[in-house]
Amino acid sequence: MLESIADWFRWLNKAHGINLTIFYDPIDAHKFASGIVTTIELSAACIVASMVVGVLGAWLQQSNLVWTRRIVQVYIQFFRNTPPLVQLYFFYFALDAGLAGILGTGNLLGSIGWSFVSLSFFAGAFNIEIFRAGIEAVPKATVEAAEALGYTRFGVYRHVVLPLAFRISLPALNNNLVNLVKTTTIAYAIAAPETLYMANQIWSDSVNVTEMMNVVFIVYLLLVGALVWGMGRWERAMRVPGMGR
Amino acid sequence: MRPGAEPTFRATDLPVILPAGEAPSHRGFAHRSFAASSAASLRLFTPAAAVVLFAALAVSILVAPAFAQLAQGHRPGVLEMLAKWTPLLFWGPDGEVAGFVLNVVVSFLTMAMGTVLGLFLGLAQVSPREWIRRPAWLTTQLFRNSPWLVLLFYFMLLLPYRIELFGTTIPLPGWAKASFALALPIMANLAEIVRGAINSIPTGQWESAESLAFTRSQTLWMIILPQCMKRMLPPWMNWYQILAMATPLISILGVNDCLRLTRDALAAEGSSEYLIPMYLWIMTWFFVYCYPIARWTQRLERKWSVDI
Repeated sequence: MLESIADWFRWLNKAHGINLTIFYDPIDAHKFASGIVTTIELSAACIVASMVVGVLGAWLQQSNLVWTRRIVQVYIQFFRNTPPLVQLYFFYFALDAGLAGILGTGNLLGSIGWSFVSLSFFAGAFNIEIFRAGIEAVPKATVEAAEALGYTRFGVYRHVVLPLAFRISLPALNNNLVNLVKTTTIAYAIAAPETLYMANQIWSDSVNVTEMMNVVFIVYLLLVGALVWGMGRWERAMRVPGMGR
Repeated sequence: MRPGAEPTFRATDLPVILPAGEAPSHRGFAHRSFAASSAASLRLFTPAAAVVLFAALAVSILVAPAFAQLAQGHRPGVLEMLAKWTPLLFWGPDGEVAGFVLNVVVSFLTMAMGTVLGLFLGLAQVSPREWIRRPAWLTTQLFRNSPWLVLLFYFMLLLPYRIELFGTTIPLPGWAKASFALALPIMANLAEIVRGAINSIPTGQWESAESLAFTRSQTLWMIILPQCMKRMLPPWMNWYQILAMATPLISILGVNDCLRLTRDALAAEGSSEYLIPMYLWIMTWFFVYCYPIARWTQRLERKWSVDI
């Protein structure tokens, strides 16, 4: 079965010049598959980390200390208003060298590690705003009712406000997370071995730019499409009845 | 990030009666509190953001040479280095549009192309004819869901570097191809905004135009679209800001934008203590360019937001 697929793609190359090495060359196939796996792992890790940053930041934003709120605001505005690619370069080239110099060690994280850090901070800045909007959209009466039932402040936050806020902010969160997955491609710029980078290596070796470009395009459409579809279903299932449209 | 569906969320400021099933109190609540909170945050961060950003820059400028001098002898200070490279990074080399100016030029070009294309794609999505609507929807989804960098690669590598048209050769420089590639996702996202805005106009507007014997295209261009303007402008500005921050991507494909020149400059300097101040300096430029747009967008959103 696998051999016949490989044969068919060999024939496609000979007969029509459409050279899809990833289907018959085991080395290229392995390279490309590992690229896709890296993209998925990086995306998943960044999604989780950025949501942690978002929840934490939204919580800190409600702090009574003025400077805590200000620092969170500065973080949000800084990461929202500077290009993600420059942020990535800053982390990978500048901060890595700077920290290594100060600590007197070698490089701290590799290209994947710094992409993870940089993209998580980038998406996290947006998540804070999204969660904050969700928290503020929870009706005051609901919070008061919970207080009247004897919930502590933290109890109200954990059992009433957060679950509702999460459901309210889910549509905006989806948009941001989909965007995050699309942004993982910039890790290419610092040679993180994700899909685009691996495809680049393959087309440099096998000189099949057009074919690989189309494959990459389709792979990302499938990845993002699957995410959009799954999140859309989840969003509909989690919709708060009686709120919004 | 993707405010495509936002305008449909908005209720109208026209005196219309809402359908019985809708719950205006909830809508009003969510919306108002969001507007109020963004107002609160506006008050909060203005001076603090600037102070901390410039403090970070100042600290890095002061600390970096100290490290450098600890490490190896005397070197020109960081401020000197920044001053030396700033004209090149901003204007590019002589006789060439490059550097930060090129980022701005590309963002303008892309936005112009994306707006025109997006308007028509959005209109095609609300067309009563199915054979127009379906392909328009597909095009929108295709370009909305593909990563910008992949689109950039696609068009940078597959478009020719010049085109022969009626016997004349038109060169296609990298920045022109890049603008075109970036215009496609912008087109798709703006199309969603146009579609959402048109759908947010009450049906009564269409019906009264029809009763006054306006044709469909007259209704669209003279009645519906002018009313959509207020709804479309804030998300349009938001997308411009996102685009302006995406322009450094073109440096990956070899266009001489400010990020590429920065990396060249850093390579020429060849010492690591300049890395942090240099990148912070470039980020400051983008911040100074994008942050006012973001604030202005928020202000317009609040000003034109509709409370029930």
